[in-house]
Amino acid sequence: MSYLKEFTKGLVKENPTLVTLLGMCPTLAITTMASNAIGMGAAATFVLICSNVAISLLKKFIPKQVRLPSYIVVIAGFVTLISLILQAFVPAVYDALGIYLPLITVNCIILGRAEMFASKNNVAASALDGAGMGIGFTLALLAVGSIREILGSGTWFGLPLIPEAAQEAIKPMTIFVLPAGGFFVLGCVIALVNKIANRKPPEATGCAACPNRESCISVEKAESTVENTKKEENK
Amino acid sequence: MDLAKSMMIILLTGILTDNFVLSKFLGICPFLGVSKTSSGSLGMGCAVTAVMVCATAATYPLYHFFLVPMHLEYLNTILFILIIALFVQMIEMVLKKYIPALYKSLGVYLPLITTNCAVLGVTLLNIDNGYNFLESIINALGAGLGFMIAMLIFSGVRGRLERCNVPKAFAGMPITLVAASIVSLSFVGFGGLVDGLFGGA
Repeated sequence: MSYLKEFTKGLVKENPTLVTLLGMCPTLAITTMASNAIGMGAAATFVLICSNVAISLLKKFIPKQVRLPSYIVVIAGFVTLISLILQAFVPAVYDALGIYLPLITVNCIILGRAEMFASKNNVAASALDGAGMGIGFTLALLAVGSIREILGSGTWFGLPLIPEAAQEAIKPMTIFVLPAGGFFVLGCVIALVNKIANRKPPEATGCAACPNRESCISVEKAESTVENTKKEENK
Repeated sequence: MDLAKSMMIILLTGILTDNFVLSKFLGICPFLGVSKTSSGSLGMGCAVTAVMVCATAATYPLYHFFLVPMHLEYLNTILFILIIALFVQMIEMVLKKYIPALYKSLGVYLPLITTNCAVLGVTLLNIDNGYNFLESIINALGAGLGFMIAMLIFSGVRGRLERCNVPKAFAGMPITLVAASIVSLSFVGFGGLVDGLFGGA
């Protein structure tokens, strides 16, 4: 029963993109088309499951001080693997994802799950957690990608939605496939999720699950002390 | 003259038309996370630019004189991320020992950079685009400066945003993303600028 929970929590309740707000870069970059969203989601899910399993198995052998570089190397290994597989079997997806495929290495979702979950739990739970988070990520990408593709190019998975007769009258809004549209749609989708869930607004960024949380907090602390000293000097 | 011209094209493209944050979506996490104050944005921007240039200077020769002769090009992601992690650590140590004043102002940003996809992105793009050594360095510099400019502009926007009354569901991240969308839209205006300035070379 609890194993089922590890899987389902990533789908909705702790959806990595829409609730914990991690992995923004690929979400914004490759969601111009719904099919790219599936490709990216599948690749990330593969890496998430594999790295979660590997890190869960290795958790006793990785020294605490060098754990983040070790995790990154494990993740980069699996990213290289999936890149080679995609390049060989689905070159169309490989070309569409381009630079964002190797950049899965530094996707905060994967590092975040390694740090928050896989390094503390057993193999089966970690694999399910990875699968759930990966599928949740894919669903979020698919939602954003569908909205952007339908509004921005008038197609869905490449199928034209506007009848040929009406193509003169109904022009797709290109702005949605431009970068600006990506920020806008993602902002609106997160706002919608907030509204439906009736949650109190989250922090500015998904800091709770971010592996960099400590250093981010130290940045803010350092800034506030600088400001305080400035204020004191002014006095 | 031609060299200077092509360098200027790469530099301006990186800063304005192909801005890393606003049109390539690289480095979104620090863009949204650390851009609350302009001092923080400036510090983060300087640190990222420095690491980008150093990492490019280190990865370019390694790729071309080590990976290519050994036919190990597919290992570039692993190698580059290790180099970046190494560099961040090294810069941190050097700054701490020799320039403590600079370490005090920049040191806190350094750990954030290892997992910044803009840094790994620029090293990989340099290889993908087939740039030579000088072009790679200029491209890294342009990308870093573009990152800094986007962060600085956005910190100003956020300063105003903090004092606005936004609908409850939009509070926090959603309204920040919508604001980023408008800033990104303004950068679309630079499209064609580089071609216009240098006669479409």
